[in-house]
Amino acid sequence: MLKVSLYRYNPETDQEPYMQEVELDTGGKDLMVLDVLELLKGSDPSLAYRRSCREGVCGSDGMNINGKNGLACITPISEALKNGKGGNKLVLRPLPGLPVIRDLVIDMSLFYKQYEKIKPFLQNDTPAPAIERLQSPEEREKLDGLYECILCACCSTACPSFWWNPDRFIGPSGLLQAYRFLADSRDTATEERLSDLDDPFSVFRCHGIQNCVNVCPKGLNPTKAIGHIRNMLLSRAT
Amino acid sequence: MANIRTISFDGVIVGGGGAGMRAALQLAQSGYKTAVISKVFPTRSHTVSAQGGITCAIASADPQDQWQWHMYDTVKGSDYIGDQEAIEYMCQVGPEAVYELDHMGMPFSRTEEGRIYQRPFGGQSKNFGEGGQAARTCAAADRTGHALLHTLYQGNLKNNTVFFNEWYATDLVKNEDGAVVGVIAICIETGEVVYVKSKATVFATGGAGRIYASTTNAHINTGDGVGMALRAGFPVQDIEMWQFHPTGIAGAGVLVTEGCRGEGGYLVNKDGERFMERYAPNAKDLAGRDVVARSMTLEILEGRGCGPNGDHVYLKLDHLGEEVLESRLPGICELSRTFAHADPVKEPVPVVPTCHYMMGGIPTNVNGQALTVDADGNDVVIPGLFACGEVACVSVHGANRLGGNSLLDLVVFGRSAGLYIEKSLREGIEMRDASEADIDRAMSRLNKINSTTGGESVSALRTELQTIMQNHFGVFRRGDFMQEGIKKLAELRVRIENAHLEDKSNAYNTARIEALELHNLFEVAEATAIAAEARTESRGAHAREDFTDRDDDNWLCHSMYFPSEKRVGKRAVNFTPKTREAFAPKIRTY
Repeated sequence: MLKVSLYRYNPETDQEPYMQEVELDTGGKDLMVLDVLELLKGSDPSLAYRRSCREGVCGSDGMNINGKNGLACITPISEALKNGKGGNKLVLRPLPGLPVIRDLVIDMSLFYKQYEKIKPFLQNDTPAPAIERLQSPEEREKLDGLYECILCACCSTACPSFWWNPDRFIGPSGLLQAYRFLADSRDTATEERLSDLDDPFSVFRCHGIQNCVNVCPKGLNPTKAIGHIRNMLLSRAT
Repeated sequence: MANIRTISFDGVIVGGGGAGMRAALQLAQSGYKTAVISKVFPTRSHTVSAQGGITCAIASADPQDQWQWHMYDTVKGSDYIGDQEAIEYMCQVGPEAVYELDHMGMPFSRTEEGRIYQRPFGGQSKNFGEGGQAARTCAAADRTGHALLHTLYQGNLKNNTVFFNEWYATDLVKNEDGAVVGVIAICIETGEVVYVKSKATVFATGGAGRIYASTTNAHINTGDGVGMALRAGFPVQDIEMWQFHPTGIAGAGVLVTEGCRGEGGYLVNKDGERFMERYAPNAKDLAGRDVVARSMTLEILEGRGCGPNGDHVYLKLDHLGEEVLESRLPGICELSRTFAHADPVKEPVPVVPTCHYMMGGIPTNVNGQALTVDADGNDVVIPGLFACGEVACVSVHGANRLGGNSLLDLVVFGRSAGLYIEKSLREGIEMRDASEADIDRAMSRLNKINSTTGGESVSALRTELQTIMQNHFGVFRRGDFMQEGIKKLAELRVRIENAHLEDKSNAYNTARIEALELHNLFEVAEATAIAAEARTESRGAHAREDFTDRDDDNWLCHSMYFPSEKRVGKRAVNFTPKTREAFAPKIRTY
C-alpha cells in the first residue's frame, strides 16, 4: 500500500487547508504520480487538480511532489520518493508561492501576466516575403532550449525572487521566453524589448539561485537565458 | 426561468487548440470582438501533443514538389471518400497558411538553405504515386504541435483576442428558427454560468479519443462539440472512421511519431523480421496508417508479437545513431525513456496500434459552415454554426488520415472559417435572439446534473464505456460483435444519463466537468457504434471481418448519423475539384 499525503482545501467548506492522509493499492507498480491522483479521484471525485496530455508536454499538472516542483504525469512514484521529503510517503502539495484556488489547483494569473509582459510574439517591421523568412540552421539552433517551455510554472514558483516580487520580477519562465525572442534572427524588436526589461526588478532580481534549473521538467536552463539578457542589457548601457 | 448573465460577441470560438486559435486570430486581426472559450489554458490543448509535423507542398526538400501530388496522396489515403474540392483547397492554400505560421514566429527546423525542414511521412509520393517516396512534412524537430500551438496563442495575445480560459461550454443555444445563437458556458474556477451570445459560433473542440480504453489522446479529448451537436439534433458524418496510430507506446498509450519511421526507423516482430515488407512491398513502414496498424495487429494475432505476452511489436531506431535521434527526435527519446523504459539509442521501443484520431465529425463546407441534409438529400447550412479542426468533417481525411495532415487541416480550415465569418460580419449579419425558453432548454442538462441525489460513479461508468468501445469497435470489426456492443451501449445510456454528481460545490469543481464530459463521450461512442455497424464494407480505417472488401457500388459515400432517429443515411462524396479533374477511385496499395 502506498501512503499518500494530499493537500486539500475547498474554499466553500474548509476554514483552512489541511493534509489528508490516504492509502492506495498500486498493485506494486511504479505508477506516475498523475496515475495515483486519477485512482484517488475515482473514489473521491471532489479531489481537484489540472491535467491534460499526461505525457509532459501540456504543462497542466505542475505540483510540489515531496518537496520538489515537477509534473505529476512524468514523475514515477519511485523518483518522487527519492526527493527526500516524506520518507516512504508520497506528499503532494500545490505549487508554492501563488494563491490556491482548490486542492492542488493554483491561481496562475500573475504567472501569465509576467509572460504577457515580455510581448511573447515575433515582431518584425520589414514586409513579409512570399515564402518563409529564411533562417540558417545555426540561427535556428539558438532557439533550442528556449522555445520548448511548456508554461507549467514549476520554475517561477520555485524561485524565491518570484515569491518575493511576483508582480515586478518577470520570473524565470517569462525571462526564458523574453530571450527566446531576443535570440530569434527573425525578430527586429531587440532594442524595444531590452528597454522594456531595463529596470531594477524585471531581470535584475534574479540572484542566480538556480532553483529553476533544478526543477524544470523539460531540462531547460532559465538562469543561463537570464545571464544572456543581463549581458545584453549591460553592454547596451556602456 | 433562466436568470444568467449574457455576454455578446461577434464571433465565439469554442476550443483553444490549433483550429480554434487560428479562426480566432483571423477574426481578431480584423478588429471583430472575438472570444475563445477553452476548458484548459489554450497551450494545454491537445494540438500541443502533435509531434512529427505539418504536411504541405512548400517545395523545400524537393523544388519540384507540387500541391497536386499532395492532393493525390490525400485522396488515395482517404480511400476515396475524402471530398476532393476540400482536399484541393487544403493542399493549394496550405503553403500560404504555413508561411504565415513562420511569419508569426513558429520555430521550424531549417535546411542548409535556410528554408523549412521537411521529412518523409507515410502515404507520401512524388508524381501522383509514380515517383517514389516524397518528403513533405514541415517540422519543428518532433515538437511541431507545441511550436504551432504556442505560436498561435502568441498571435492571439498580440491581437487582443478575449480568452475565457478554463471555461467549459455545456450546450448550444438554438432558437426557434433552428439557428445557433451561442452557447451556455460555465466558469470552472467560480462555477458561474453565462449565456455567451454570438453572431457566429465556431466549434473547434477537437477529438474524442477518450471513448477508447487505449488512446494517444489527452484526458480532455471528450468529444464536447460532437456531443453538443448531436444533442441539438444535428447529424455527424463518417463517425465510424477512427484512426488507430501504429505506434502508441505499449501499455502507456503515449504516441511516438510516424516521423520515427520517416527518419528511417522500422517495425520488427519477435523474429526480428521487418514484416511491413510483406504487407506493403513499396512503401513498407511508410504505408498508410490504417495499413500499418492492421499489419501489426495481424502479426500480434498470428503469434509473432513481442514481449512476454506477445502483445506488441518493436519500433527499431537505434541504427539511426544518437546524433540523428537527439537532433531530429529529441522528444521521442524523452517519451520512450519515461514511458517505455527503453532508450531508443540502444534498444527498440515497444509499440501497439492505439486510438488516435477521429476522421468523422460535424459535416462542413470549405468555409467551415456546419451542414445538415434535407429530406431530398440536399446540403443545408445550419445558420450560425461553424466547425473546424478534428471536430469537423470537411472532409479531407475520408476513411483514413495521412500523417501531418491534421495540423494542416486545422490551420487551413480554422483560417477559412475565420475568413468567411469576417466577410459575413463585414457584409452585416444580424445578431439573432434567443428566447428565455431557448436558454432554459440549453441549460436543462446542467440543471439536471446539479440536482442528482443518487446514481453511479462517473469514473466507473467511463471505464465501462471505454471497455465496450475497445472490445467491440477496435481495429478489426465484425457485425455480431458490434451488435452486441450496441446493445451494451443502449443499456449504458440510461445509467450514464443518471450518473451521480455528489459534489455540487462551485469552486474549481472538476467532478462536475467530468460528469458533463461523460455525456459527450457517450454520444460520440454511440454514433460511432451505430454508423460502424451500418457500413457493410471495409474501407480505410474501417476494417470488417465479415465484409472484407471495399464496396464502391454501395459505400463510395459518406455516412450520416442522425441522432433523433438513430438512423444512418448517406451523403455523396465531392468529386468536383475546381482546378483539375477528379482522381478516380483505384485499388489502394502501398
